[in-house]
Amino acid sequence: MATTMTETTPPGTEAPAFWDLDPHEHPPGASTMLGFWLYLMSDCLIFAMLFAAWGVYGAAYAGGPTPKELFDLKLVAVNTAMLLLSSITYGFAMISSDEKRQGAVLGWLAATGLFGAAFLAIELYEFSHLLHEGAGPQRSAFLSAFFTLVGTHGLHVTFGLIWLVTLMVQVARRGLEPANLRRLQCLSLFWHFLDVIWIGVFTFVYLLGVMR
Amino acid sequence: MSDTLIKTIFGRLTLESFPIHEPIVLATFVVVALGGVALLLALTYFKLWGYLWKEWFTSVDHKKIGIMYMVLGLVMLLRGFADAIMMRLQQAMAFGANEGYLNAHHFDQIFTAHGVIMIFFVAMPFVTGLMNYVVPLQIGARDVSFPFLNNFSFWMTAAGAVIVMASLFVGEFARTGWLAMAPLSGLDYSPDVGVDYYIWALQVAGVGTLLSGVNLLATIVKMRAPGMTMMKMPVFTWSALVTNVLIVAAFPVLTAVLAMLSLDRYVGTNFFTNTGGGNPMMYVNMIWIWGHPEVYILILPAFGIFSEVVSTFSGKRLFGYTSMIYALIVICILAYLVWLHHFFTMGSGASVNSFFGITTMIISIPTGAKIFNWLFTMYKGRIRFELPMMWSIAFMLTFVIGGMTGVLLAVPPADFVLHNSLFLIAHFHNVIIGGVLFGLFAGINYWWPKAFGFKLDKKWGLVSFWCWVVGFWVAFTPLYILGLMGVTRRLRHFDDPSLQIWFIIAGIGAAIIAVGIAAFLIQIFVSVRNREQLRDFTGDPWDGRSLEWATSSPPPEYNFAFTPVIHDLDAWYDMKSREAARPTTGFRDIHMPKSTGAGVILAGLSAVIAMAMIWYIWWLAILGFVGLLVVAIGHTFNYDRDFHIPAEEVTRVENLRTQALAARG
Repeated sequence: MATTMTETTPPGTEAPAFWDLDPHEHPPGASTMLGFWLYLMSDCLIFAMLFAAWGVYGAAYAGGPTPKELFDLKLVAVNTAMLLLSSITYGFAMISSDEKRQGAVLGWLAATGLFGAAFLAIELYEFSHLLHEGAGPQRSAFLSAFFTLVGTHGLHVTFGLIWLVTLMVQVARRGLEPANLRRLQCLSLFWHFLDVIWIGVFTFVYLLGVMR
Repeated sequence: MSDTLIKTIFGRLTLESFPIHEPIVLATFVVVALGGVALLLALTYFKLWGYLWKEWFTSVDHKKIGIMYMVLGLVMLLRGFADAIMMRLQQAMAFGANEGYLNAHHFDQIFTAHGVIMIFFVAMPFVTGLMNYVVPLQIGARDVSFPFLNNFSFWMTAAGAVIVMASLFVGEFARTGWLAMAPLSGLDYSPDVGVDYYIWALQVAGVGTLLSGVNLLATIVKMRAPGMTMMKMPVFTWSALVTNVLIVAAFPVLTAVLAMLSLDRYVGTNFFTNTGGGNPMMYVNMIWIWGHPEVYILILPAFGIFSEVVSTFSGKRLFGYTSMIYALIVICILAYLVWLHHFFTMGSGASVNSFFGITTMIISIPTGAKIFNWLFTMYKGRIRFELPMMWSIAFMLTFVIGGMTGVLLAVPPADFVLHNSLFLIAHFHNVIIGGVLFGLFAGINYWWPKAFGFKLDKKWGLVSFWCWVVGFWVAFTPLYILGLMGVTRRLRHFDDPSLQIWFIIAGIGAAIIAVGIAAFLIQIFVSVRNREQLRDFTGDPWDGRSLEWATSSPPPEYNFAFTPVIHDLDAWYDMKSREAARPTTGFRDIHMPKSTGAGVILAGLSAVIAMAMIWYIWWLAILGFVGLLVVAIGHTFNYDRDFHIPAEEVTRVENLRTQALAARG
């Protein structure tokens, strides 16, 4: 705690410290976790609006195909498994980073990236299949909402992958130093956040869509 | 060259895109171009480019960024006001056989641009600028949590403004009104570039606003000086906190709804179309879910400013501090529960309309509590009628009327009559000019001496003040009357000659406001010229109460040589009354963030992408996007982001202040 400047205190009065005379440094990145959480919550609101659009348009088929005809739940199950596995492997990367094992971190990150890429590949396959069947985003409001919600999630995964590769290079070059550990934590939040969103997509879009 | 090649290179940009056939636009363009060239030449002649780049554009200092926001807001105010005066002139002329001087195509762009510019590029930069400048000082911090992000946010806002301004000279702006309601804003009814300009300007600026919201929130939560508990935070900082909660919770909604509108326009989806299962009312709902909180984003910081000003110039602690804070929080929550009152006429039924009518009326309770708190603060105070205080009193008188017409509009049956009428226009100008703008003028006059070390000239300030206040009432009382008579908004031409006199009066009011704006510019000019007479050496020209007055004016780069320790809500007043001496020795190295040009480059590339997307120049959009990614990733490889101001430098700066204070006694 601070010490007061004795020569500036009037004699006989109780003088609380008004200035912190010790160095008062905010360690770099002290606000990063909070700031990143706030960003994620704002991103969450974008998804909230897309879910709301899905809620309104989910049955607006405009005479076109319905979820029951379009969705292949087995494929989606495989896809979901890919994303969930990528979250687990990211978790292992974080455990390794706690133990300061750089090689293990890089290995688990690579595994995460592979699962993420597999997820994206399956999603793109699904999209191209739908387009091929004439069920593109222009066909009906239902499909507009579907492609936008799922596509926005996919775009997030894509950016996550770019970030992941960048971060792997940075960890490889500079090691597990404080800034990189902070970035690993941020990407971890981001990656798990996308997982949570996907649970919502899987439930509300695919499962409830097929039941509709 | 073949047509396809030209199309590939230039998209839909052709020679016809330049409005050479519109004499008014052409004249404006010539004036702006000449002014711009003169400015560029002057900057080059006086060799200011290096200085601007190093000291301002790339600076991550929250004070400089705050000032840049204010400059942006002021420049855009002139543009937005030019639109206003053009509309007033047209409506005062265009009766019967007289078609006025603006064609419909042009007039529709003007009222759209006026609204968009005044909200997004005048009010928002002013509010963000003041928060940026003042909040870190008030909480005893050296900068914001994410200084680079702060610089980037500013440049994104500026890039949005550039995009809007470009629409004046290349192509055209939206002709849809400031919220670009669907399906009018869809491709079927607005096939040209106007709505695309609108979308991209707001998306680019919106990124800036959102990130600056995240930044200030983290700053206020994490960077307060020791001892400053939440309930010892200055009211302006509290209002900034609540405002930024609103920003972070509202702007993603705008991003999402505009993204869906873009998909409708670019990809051919069916969100807001009349066909294919789309629903235009979804757009109206979503845009107002952002839009209503937005008006509170503007007014709450103004409430914060008034609280600081009234307390300082009454020489008293703010009356009912705790109730002020709770009022802010209640308004913040209610801001999300009233959006439907903007379209009672949608026909959602009596129950829904009643709910939103009642929540709307309830907002007047915390707002009224705030008005009474300001009045009770003044009661038995020793009021000094300096300029900020005058703006505050004018605000109270004006805003109360605007608030009451708002409650009137909150009654659904009354709203059915007054919806989209000039009464509504008068109401929201009553609260935005009488509330936000008066607050900003109070804030500018109040904190100017902090930012520049000298007060603003009082005489010209008074001229500006009276012209604004009188001009406002002359301009908008006729609109209330016309609205009650059933005249709707956004009309270019009228048949009934008996209405003309009211529009002429309103035009005179706008002219008086124009004098007020001119007087404000003169006030700044005169004050800069007479700065030696107006100089303040103490750093505390108003006998202030909060921490920003504890440091010098202008504050050093590091704000405070030692971090203040807070024992009381009015921290600086507490220090003064307990005669806390300013430490004059024992300075240490101070850790500060480094300047970077990445923000300017990223925002510049965003503007390029936006322009390419607007004009369908796909190759440029892709190139710009790749560039954006490369620069962003490249920036993350820069780990060298801070430096230390050596103790000797701090000692030198602080000794200068010690001498200045000693010389004044």
